[in-house]
Amino acid sequence: MKEDNPAIQAQNISPKVASKTKRKMKSREMAYYLMVLPAVILFAAFHTFPALQGIYYSFTNWNGISLEYDFVGLKNYINLFKDVTVLDSYLFTFKFAILAAILVNIISLAVAIGLNSKIKGRNFFRAVYFLPNVLSVLIVGFIFNFFFTNILPDLGEKYKIEFLTTNILGIADFAWIGILLVFVWQACAFNIILYLSGLQTVPSELYEASSLDGANKWQQFWKVTFPMIAPFFTINMVLSMKNSLMVFDQIVAMTGGGPGNSTTSISLLIYTGGFSGGEFAFQSANAVIYFIVIMLISVFQLKILQKREMDM
Amino acid sequence: MEKRTNWPVTILITLGSLLIIFPLYMAISIALKNPQELAQSALSFPINWHWENFTRAIEATNFFSALKNSAVITIFTLVFTILSNSMVAYAIARNMHRKLFKTLYFYFVSALFIPFPIIMLPVVKQTSALGLNNPAGLILLYVVYGMAMNIFIYVGYIRSIPQELEEAAIVDGCSTWGVFWKVIFPLLTPINATVGILTCLWAWNDFLLPLIILSDSADATLPLVQYVFQTEFGTDYNLAFASYLLALAPMVLLYLFAQRWVIGGVVKGAIK
Repeated sequence: MKEDNPAIQAQNISPKVASKTKRKMKSREMAYYLMVLPAVILFAAFHTFPALQGIYYSFTNWNGISLEYDFVGLKNYINLFKDVTVLDSYLFTFKFAILAAILVNIISLAVAIGLNSKIKGRNFFRAVYFLPNVLSVLIVGFIFNFFFTNILPDLGEKYKIEFLTTNILGIADFAWIGILLVFVWQACAFNIILYLSGLQTVPSELYEASSLDGANKWQQFWKVTFPMIAPFFTINMVLSMKNSLMVFDQIVAMTGGGPGNSTTSISLLIYTGGFSGGEFAFQSANAVIYFIVIMLISVFQLKILQKREMDM
Repeated sequence: MEKRTNWPVTILITLGSLLIIFPLYMAISIALKNPQELAQSALSFPINWHWENFTRAIEATNFFSALKNSAVITIFTLVFTILSNSMVAYAIARNMHRKLFKTLYFYFVSALFIPFPIIMLPVVKQTSALGLNNPAGLILLYVVYGMAMNIFIYVGYIRSIPQELEEAAIVDGCSTWGVFWKVIFPLLTPINATVGILTCLWAWNDFLLPLIILSDSADATLPLVQYVFQTEFGTDYNLAFASYLLALAPMVLLYLFAQRWVIGGVVKGAIK
C-alpha cells in the first residue's frame, strides 16, 4: 500500500484528496489489526495462559482444591522420576506409540497400493476403508470391548483354541494388544487415504520405464514408488506417532488403564491423577515433561525423515 | 500398462474390507437381537428384528437431548470457525512481510506442537471460574483450539490467490472488510469445505473436552452419554449396542451421502 503513496503525489492530486486517501489507508491498516485482535486475545486467554499456568503450578504442591499452596521448587520433577506409575505410563505409551506407528504405516501403505491397482469397485472400497475415520473413537472402543470380552472367548471355547478363551483385556501382560488392535483398525483409515493420494501423484510412465528395464514388482516399489511418496511417509509417520502418543479414548472405553496400571497412558494418568487423585501440581509437572518429550520427538522425526527424503 | 482387472488384489482388498465391516456388522446384529438370541449366538444374522431395543435406548439415554446438544455444539463450532479463522488467516496472509503478523502466524501454528494435557488441568479451573463450563464454553474452546491447524491451512491457500482481484475491488472503493467478505471469502469455498469437514468430525466425535468441560449432565454430547450410561447399561448389551448405533448413525449417514466430498476435503487438509 505504502508504495502507492508517491505515485499519487506525483500525479499532483490536490492535498485534500491526498489526505483523504491517507485516511483511507489508515483505516485499511486498522482493519487488519481489528481482524486478528479478538482471535489473539482469545487464543492467549484460553491456550497460552492455561499452558503457562500449568507450568507455574508444576512448581507448587497444589492439590487442585485447597485455597492455599506452597512453592516446592523442582520437587515434583524429581519425584516424577522416582514414581513407578509415571515411569510405567511412559514405557507403556512409548511401546504402544512405536508399534502403532509402524503397524499403521505398513498396513496403510499396503492397502493403499492395493486400492491404487486395477481392481473392481475401487471407489466403493476406498469409501469402506475410510469409514472408521468418521466414527467416534470412544464408541468404537466400546464395540471392540465387547468383542474381546465376549465374542473372542466364546469362539475360543467353541473351537477349543486355548489362548482365546480368556479375555485379553483382563490380563495385565496382554491388554495393550487389544488397545493396539483397535487403534490400528481406526487409524489406518486416514493414512490409507493419504497414501492413496500420494500414489496417484506417481506418473505411470515411471512404472512403464522401470518394467522395460526389467525391474520386478519389489524393486519397482523400493526404487520408484517409495522415493516418490517419501513426503507422504514423513507426514504419516509424524501424524500417527503424535496421535498414538496421545492415546486416551480407547483406553477409557476398554480397560480404564488396567488391569493394575498396565494400560495407563500418559494422558490418562494426567487426567485421573490430576482431577481425582489430588495430584494437580504433580501431574502438571508430568504434563510439562510430556510436552518436552513430544516436541523433541516431532522435531527429531521431521529432521531424520526429511534428510532421508533428500537422500533418495 | 495392463488394463485387465487385477483379481488377486481385488480379492485381498475385499477380504481386508471385511475386517472393517465386521465390527459394524457385529454391532448391528447385537442391537437387533433380544438377550436370548444374543446368548445363543452373537454373530448369527438377526432373524427377528427387535426394533424396541432402539426405542428403549432412546428413552434410557434421552437420545434426542444428546443429539440436540451434539448438533448445536457442532454447528456453532463450524460456523464460528469458518467465519473467524478464515478472516484471521486473511489478515495474516496479506501481511506476512510485516514482522508482527509473521510472528502471529508462528504463534498460532506452533500450538500444533503443544499437547493438550498441559492445558487440560488449568483450563478446567479457568472455564468453571468464568462460568463457561457449558456448551457455549465448549464451542469457544473448539473455535480457539482449532485455530492452529486452520490458520496453517487457510494461510497457505490464501497466499495462492492472486492479489489483482483485491486491488481491483480496492480501486472501486471497497474497504478491507468489504474486500474480504465480498471478494476473498467466496473464493475460499473449497478450503472452507475442508476446514468445515475436519472441524465437524472433530467436534462431533470428541470425547475428552466435553468430559472435562461440561458440568451439567443435561448438556452431555452423544459420545459422553455413552460413557455416562456405560454402568447403567450393565449387561444389557442389546440396549447398549442400540444406543451406540444411534450415536454413530448421524455421522455415518452424512458420510454415505457426501463420501467423495468428505474424503477429498480431508486429503486436501492433510497435504497442505
